[in-house]
Amino acid sequence: MLDSKVPAGPLAEKWSKHKFNMKLVNPANKRKFTIIVVGTGLAGASAAASLAELGYNVKTFCYQDSPRRAHSIAAQGGINAAKNYQNDGDSVYRLFYDTIKGGDYRAREANVYRLAEVSVNIIDQCVAQGVPFAREYGGLLDNRSFGGAQVSRTFYARGQTGQQLLLGAYSALNRQIRKGKVISYTRHEMLDLVKIDGHARGIITRDMVTGKIESHEGHAVLLCTGGYGNVFFLSTNAMGCNVTAAWRAHKRGAFFANPCYTQIHPTCIPVTGDHQSKLTLMSESLRNDGRVWVPKTKELSEKLRQGQLKPADIKEEDRDYFLERKYPSFGNLVPRDVASRNAKEMVDDGRGVGKSGVAVFLDFADAIKRLGKDTVEAKYGNLFDMYYQITDENPYEQPMRIYPAVHYTMGGIWVDYNLMTTVPGLYALGECNFSDHGANRLGASALMQGLSDGYFVIPYTVGDYLANLGSFAPVDKNNPAFEQTRKEVEDKINALLSLKGSKTVDDIHKKLGNIMWEYCGMARTAEGLTKAKGLIQELKKEFWSDVKVLGENEELNMSLEKAGRVADFLELGELMVDDALNRSESCGGHFRLESQTEEGEAKRDDENFTYVAAWEFKGDDQPEALHKEELVFENVKLTQRSYK
Amino acid sequence: MSNSKPVLNSSLGRKLIMSLTGIFLCLFLIVHLIGNLQLFKNDAGYAFNQYAYFMTHFTPIKVVSYLLYASIILHAIYALVLTMKNKAARPIGYAQFNGAANSKWNSRNMGILGTIILVFLATHMYNFWWKYHNDQVPYVEYRTDLATGETTVQEIQADEFNDYQVTVENNVEIIKARDLYKQVDFAFQNIGIVIFYVLAMVALSFHLIHGFKSAFQTLGVTHKKYVPIIEFLGVWGFGVIIPIGFALMPLYFYFVK
Amino acid sequence: MAQHMNLTLKVWRQKNDKSKGKFVTIQAKDIADDMSFLEMLDVVNEDLTRKGEDPIYFDHDCREGICGMCSLVINGRPHGPKYGITTCQLHMRSFHDGQTIVIEPWRAAAFPVLKDLAVDRTSFDRIQQAGGYVNVNTGGVPDANTIPIPKRIADEAFESATCIGCGACVAACKNASAMLFVSAKISQFALLPQGQTERYERAQAMIDQMDAEGFGNCTNTGACEAECPKGIKLSNIARMNREYFTAKFFREEDVHTHS
Repeated sequence: MLDSKVPAGPLAEKWSKHKFNMKLVNPANKRKFTIIVVGTGLAGASAAASLAELGYNVKTFCYQDSPRRAHSIAAQGGINAAKNYQNDGDSVYRLFYDTIKGGDYRAREANVYRLAEVSVNIIDQCVAQGVPFAREYGGLLDNRSFGGAQVSRTFYARGQTGQQLLLGAYSALNRQIRKGKVISYTRHEMLDLVKIDGHARGIITRDMVTGKIESHEGHAVLLCTGGYGNVFFLSTNAMGCNVTAAWRAHKRGAFFANPCYTQIHPTCIPVTGDHQSKLTLMSESLRNDGRVWVPKTKELSEKLRQGQLKPADIKEEDRDYFLERKYPSFGNLVPRDVASRNAKEMVDDGRGVGKSGVAVFLDFADAIKRLGKDTVEAKYGNLFDMYYQITDENPYEQPMRIYPAVHYTMGGIWVDYNLMTTVPGLYALGECNFSDHGANRLGASALMQGLSDGYFVIPYTVGDYLANLGSFAPVDKNNPAFEQTRKEVEDKINALLSLKGSKTVDDIHKKLGNIMWEYCGMARTAEGLTKAKGLIQELKKEFWSDVKVLGENEELNMSLEKAGRVADFLELGELMVDDALNRSESCGGHFRLESQTEEGEAKRDDENFTYVAAWEFKGDDQPEALHKEELVFENVKLTQRSYK
Repeated sequence: MSNSKPVLNSSLGRKLIMSLTGIFLCLFLIVHLIGNLQLFKNDAGYAFNQYAYFMTHFTPIKVVSYLLYASIILHAIYALVLTMKNKAARPIGYAQFNGAANSKWNSRNMGILGTIILVFLATHMYNFWWKYHNDQVPYVEYRTDLATGETTVQEIQADEFNDYQVTVENNVEIIKARDLYKQVDFAFQNIGIVIFYVLAMVALSFHLIHGFKSAFQTLGVTHKKYVPIIEFLGVWGFGVIIPIGFALMPLYFYFVK
Repeated sequence: MAQHMNLTLKVWRQKNDKSKGKFVTIQAKDIADDMSFLEMLDVVNEDLTRKGEDPIYFDHDCREGICGMCSLVINGRPHGPKYGITTCQLHMRSFHDGQTIVIEPWRAAAFPVLKDLAVDRTSFDRIQQAGGYVNVNTGGVPDANTIPIPKRIADEAFESATCIGCGACVAACKNASAMLFVSAKISQFALLPQGQTERYERAQAMIDQMDAEGFGNCTNTGACEAECPKGIKLSNIARMNREYFTAKFFREEDVHTHS
C-alpha cells in the first residue's frame, strides 16, 4: 500500500498544520545526527546548507570537481513565484492551479499547493543571499511572463537564472563547509545505498580519482541527483548526469514513479551528425517573439534541404506557421509538449528543414521588423550568439533551425508528502523525485521545486523522522550491512572491468538512445514499445557480453564511470518502456498515438489512469511490480487541456 | 576572531608597494625632466650648475632624494620577490603559450624592461651623481658683469674655494661651482653612452606605458571618468613626452653641441 | 556538407598527480568541421578505446558553456583560439586540415594535474568557503522587495556574478594569478547592499586564502580579462584592491573565523 501521508484538512492549511504536527529535534540533539546529501544542485546544496544551519552534521557528495557545477547551473529562463509583484492577478492558488493543469492532472494536489505556497519564500531567501535578479529602474524586482503563463511571475537573472540561484545555494553551502558543519566530497560517485533494519543508514561511494570504495554512514540519506534524461544519450542534460544513485536506491527498495514522463523541449539546436554528444537548449523565451514555421509543401522543403532555395526565398503564402494556425489563442506560446509534438509531426510529414530535414524554423524576421534589431538583440542577444557559435549561422539574417530534445524527466523516485521514499530514512528531492510536475513541467518551475524541497520542506520533514527514531546513537559503522554492500559494489566494478569485448560503452549508449528516442520519445505506441522492450533486452545482453571496459579501478577511469552508468540506464530504459506501455492514455509529455482526440491532441483517460505508477524492483531480470497511488482531486476539476 | 595577515605579507600589499613607489618615481621623473631642461640653455651650464648645487644641498630636497633612492631599491626588490613568487605559482610552464593573443608585450615583460632601467640607473648615477659627490667633476667660474650682463667662463681648480661660492666684486658677480654641465657634455660625446641612454629611454617608455596605469589599477581606481585620463597620461605623458625629453639630451649634446 | 579534416594532436598525458607527464602525438582522422572541440576528442577517445588504449581524460560536463568544468589550453590559449567562449563551445571550423594542435592542462601550482588534461581546482572552492557568501540562514529574511537596488548596481553585480569558476584566468595569466576569480565574487558583494555587513572581513578572508593556495600575483597584463569566457572585467580586480586596502588601513574589522 502506498501511503502518500498527505495531511487532512483544507488544501491551504495542510502544510501549516503539518509543520505544527511534526516532531522537532531539540537543538542540542541535532548535532548527534548525520545527514548524507547526494548531489549538490539546487535541491542538494539548499538542503545541505539549511540542515547544517539547523545544527545537523551533513556530508555532501557530487561527481563534479565542485558543488558549483551541478547541472542546475544551466537553467536559463527563470524561477516562478506567486509574489504578485506585478498586480496582474497572480496568487498562490493560481500558481498551484496552473501547475496542476500544466502537469495534465497527474500530480499530487497537496504537494503542488505547498510548492506554490513556499515559492514566495524562495525569492526572499535568494535575494538575501545576494542573487542578482533582474531589476527595474526603481530598484525593485522585475518579472516576465514565461512559458505561456498568463501572469508575469517569473523572476530571472538575464539568461542565467539557474547559475545565479545555484551559486547562491553554493555560497550558503560554502558557509557551512567553512563552519565545519558540512563535509564536502567532490569527484565522488554514490554507487549503492546501505540499509540497516530496513532504514537507509549510509551509502557506498567511489572516489573517482583514487578509485577507493568508501562507506559513509548517516541517519538519513537525501538523493538530490537530478533527472535521467541521458538515458536517451542525446539530451540537454550535462554529460555526467546519470541515474546511478537513484537506480541503485531503487534496487534497494525505493519505488520508481512514472518513469515514462519525459519532457521534450521544443527549442533546441538540431542534431548535426553521429558525433553529436549533447543537445543545446535555447530558452523558450525565444518563442515570445520568434515564429515557428515550415514550408507548406514537401517539394519546397526538399529544395531547402538541397540548398536550392534559401529560407528567405519561400514566399509568405508558401509558409505554414503551424502553431499559429492550429492554436490561434496561444500561437507560438503553447506548452512545451504541444510545441514539440507539432514539430515532430511536420518533420514526419516530410516538411522538415535543414540539411537533415529534422528541424523547423524559428523566425525572427518579423520581430526585427517590428521591434528593431537592437531590441531583439537586447532581449535575445546571448541566445543568438550561442546559436551562432554552434551552427555558424546568423539568426539575425536567417531563421533559426530548432528541433525538440529531451530536457527534463518528471518521473523519478516515488516520495510521500514528506519527500520520503519507500525506504524509511531515504529522501528524494528536486528532479530526482516524481512529485510536483505531473506529466509535464511548466517553464521556470524546476528551479522553484528544487529550492522549495531543499530550503523549505526537507528541514522540517527530516526532523520529524529523526525525532521519531527514539535514539541519538550514531550509526554503527561496523554493522555488517556496510561491508556486505561494499563488497557487492566491488563485485560489480570487477564484473565491469572484466568486460573485454569489442564495443565501446558509448556504442551501446547511443544504441539505447536511439531505441528510446524512436519508441519511447515524443510519440509512443503499444507496438513500438513492445518492440523496444525486446531491443533493450538484447542490448543489455550485448553490453554484458561484448562491451569493452578499459583500465583499472584505482585511477580516474572514464571508461569504468561510463560503463556503470550505462548499465543502469539499460535497466531504467526497460522500466520506462514498461511504464509507457502500461499507461495506455496520453497525458502531458507522454503521448500514446492510440489515445488522441480527433484533432490529434493528447487524450487522457481519467477513469483508468488517475494514478501514480510506482514500480518496485523485484530482482535482476524480474518484471517490476506496479503499485498505484490514486490521485485525488478535491480542489480542481479535471478538464481537457486546450490551447486553441 | 583572528587577525588577517599583515598587509605587507600579502600579495596585494606587495603590489601596493610596487604601485606607490612606482608613482613616486614617476613624479620624480617630471621634476627631473623639468630641471634638466636647463641643459638645453646655451649658457655653458650657468643655470644648470646652480640648479645641480641647489638640488644636492637644499635639505628638504635631500630628504626627498633619500626617499627616492629607497623607492628605487624597494621597487626593484619587491619586483624580484613578486617575480620569484610568480614563477613558483607555475612550476611547469606551457609548451606553447600565446600571450600575444591576450596581452601587450610590455605588460608581460616589465621585469626585463625594469632590469634595463636599473642597469641604466646604475650607470647614470655613477656618471653623474657619484662623480659629482666624489670630486671627480671639474670646477668652473662664471663672471658676470652686472652692468652689461656679459658672462665669461673659465675652468678653475678645486682648492681655490669651498664647493660653491657666490660673490660680488666691483659690480661683477662671481659664481664658482662644480661643472656638472661639462661632465654631461663630456659623457655625451661618447656614441656608446648616447646609444645606451636612448635605448634605456625606449625601455622606460614601454615600462611606463604599462606601469603608470597599472599603478592606479592596483590602487583600485575604477572610475569611468578618471581611468581614461590616467590611461591618456600614462601613454602620452609618461610613455612619450618624458622619455623623448630625456632622450633628446644625449642626442643634443652629441649632434648639436 | 560538413568539411572533414585530419589533425595532429600533441596531447599532455599524465597518469596521475604523482607521475611525470609528457606530450603524446595522436592523429585525429576525418574530423567534421561542425563538431565541437570536445566531440573531436570524443571521436579520438572512441578510437583509442577500440584499440585498447587509455582514452584521454579531460574535464567537461554541461557542454554549453556554463558549468565551468572544461579546461583545456589549446595552442597556447585557455579555451582555444576564440574569445568569449569555453572549450566546449569551440567548434572545429576554427581549425584547418593538416593543423597541429597542442593540448595542455591548466598550469598552476594551485591546480595540480590529476590525470592527463584534468586538474584539481578545489583551491577555488576553498577561497569561496573563506568568505564568498552572505551570512544568512534559511528563513527569517525580509521580503525581497524591501531591498531596492538601483538597476545599474544590480546589473554590474550580475556581470561580476557570472563567473563560472573555470580557471581560465589563472591559466592565461603569466603569473598564474587568481585575482580575477577572487575579485569577481568580492565585487558582487561589495556592490550589493546584501554584502555590506561583512564587506571588509570578506575581502581580507578571501585574499588570505587566495595567497595561502599559492596563486601568483597580478601584474595587470589583462590576459585574464581577454581570455575569460564570461567577460569578467579587470576593473573587478581594482575594486578588490580598494576593498582590501580600505579594510586594512581604514577599518577595524578582523577576519571572523568560525569555531
